[in-house]
Amino acid sequence: MAYSKKVIDHYENPRNVGTLDKAKNNVGTGLVGAPECGDVMRLQIEVDDESGVIKDAKFKTFGCGSAIASSSLATEWLKGKSVDEALAIDNMEIVKELELPPVKIHCSVLAEDAIKAAINDYRVKNDLEPIKFEDSIVH
Amino acid sequence: MTQLQLPIYLDHSATTPTDPRVVEAMIPYFTQSFGNAASRNHPFGWKAEEAVDYAREQVAKLINANPKEIIFTSGATEADNLGIKGVFEMYARKGNHIITCETEHSAVLDTCRALEKRGAEVTYLKVNGDGTINLEELKAAFTDKTILVCLMFANNEVGIIHPIKEIAAMAREHKALFMTDGTQAVGKVPVDVQELGIDIMAFTAHKLYGPKGVGALYVRRKNPRVKVTAQVDGGGHERGMRSGTLNVPGIVGFGKACEICMQEMESEAARLSKLRDKLETELLKIEESVVNGTVDSRLPHLSNISFKFVEGEGLMMGFNQEIGVSSGSACTSASLEPSYVLKAMGLDDELAHSSIRFSLGRNTTEEQIDYTIEKVSKAVQKMRDLSPLWEMHLDGIDISSIEWAEH
Ligand SMILES: Cc1ncc(COP(=O)(O)O)c(C=O)c1O
Ligand code: FES
Repeated sequence: MAYSKKVIDHYENPRNVGTLDKAKNNVGTGLVGAPECGDVMRLQIEVDDESGVIKDAKFKTFGCGSAIASSSLATEWLKGKSVDEALAIDNMEIVKELELPPVKIHCSVLAEDAIKAAINDYRVKNDLEPIKFEDSIVH
Repeated sequence: MTQLQLPIYLDHSATTPTDPRVVEAMIPYFTQSFGNAASRNHPFGWKAEEAVDYAREQVAKLINANPKEIIFTSGATEADNLGIKGVFEMYARKGNHIITCETEHSAVLDTCRALEKRGAEVTYLKVNGDGTINLEELKAAFTDKTILVCLMFANNEVGIIHPIKEIAAMAREHKALFMTDGTQAVGKVPVDVQELGIDIMAFTAHKLYGPKGVGALYVRRKNPRVKVTAQVDGGGHERGMRSGTLNVPGIVGFGKACEICMQEMESEAARLSKLRDKLETELLKIEESVVNGTVDSRLPHLSNISFKFVEGEGLMMGFNQEIGVSSGSACTSASLEPSYVLKAMGLDDELAHSSIRFSLGRNTTEEQIDYTIEKVSKAVQKMRDLSPLWEMHLDGIDISSIEWAEH
């Protein structure tokens, strides 16, 4: 199976690789997947206290090229969005943008899960109720 | 020095290129000597039959068999089916118990599973961490209903070679037949069915520089005389054991490929094991990398290495435009399950996901190996910089202690 140009581009030049300070109150960390499943994604957001806008996002991913590209793209999309806007990111938008084939849809689901987990981590740290999400489709 | 040609092929356990000498031998049998080997009444048929007979000798010679003991098939999958199902049906009165192993190729495992639905009792031997089987366990598995022991000669994923002579002797002692899937071994290492005591063996042309779509089942005719029930009915070709018009060009190519292997195997094995050792030694200099499977008894041209904390498919993407290898990672399979062979060896799933199989072959050069070492080392580094697991490892966090979210 060949990869789309966009997947290759994110793979070769991953955006926003790295680590934010987990200890900070305005940093939310989502760690999803499991090594046994072959994929682990860690996605972090840093929220501007005043405006509620995500001012930085970072990721690290253990997984296939599509998983790496999905998380890289997710960090790009997150930056500049409010937390509420970020919640609306749907994995199928990632699938569309990266032209992922059906067997790789779950890699995008992982990215969506990681976003939600990061947001909830941020919410809990800031004394907000975690949002209950429906179970993701795959995994 | 010649310019390095890309991409580099290091996946010879999946298939090999057909040797140009083989192709050359095949060509006349498409357009000129195109006859049906079963046409007994004209020179077209005679010529085809002659060619098949000659190829049968070439194939038999490579494994020290009698040409009459070779049944041509469409490949190893069909030969595995014919051997196992054929024995199960032929020896039904004697028993219904088959002994095999968890790390066999799916052509063997799925055949055994299919037979379980038809009343077979199958013992799937477990393997040790290095892929070897426990001979004591094998011994204990025999019952008075055991008709067949089916254990592969060399494993396709990790390359380990089982102690075939001992296993064959054990089967004989318990009055069971011994079958081996020789697909990965024949033409690469010496395989002598007489000396080793093999009763039945499946193998295929496309793993030994022959064409795809042709293989053989060796079936012993003396001490003991072994019989298998045909699985394909029809015109009674191959002495009734496998009907269907013979693939004459394919068989001719298979024969030629065997002849070349016979001549070149020894020097090739020495050359390739040197290159393989170089590749392995250099790649093992990368921290947290390990060889999968015992290194004491294995194919000379294969190395299976896990690079911890990076995922195989993601890693391969770093060089698969330039180097063709395969991985035990789930991400490369449609089932999202990592390699069952590595799992049976007790590897953590995570390590199975991190495995890469390098298999060298006739066209592999030292330059290619040097290039591969450099490319793969860089790709591992790049993937580790991206890996949350590597970061945790560097921070001294034990990954197995983390509770991962429910899946
Ligand atoms: C051990 C083993 N058995 C059987 C097969 C199947 O061979 P064929 O492609 O000729 O059916 C293979 C090849 O994939 C193999 O490695
Ligand atoms: S992470 Fe396994 S297929 Fe994408």
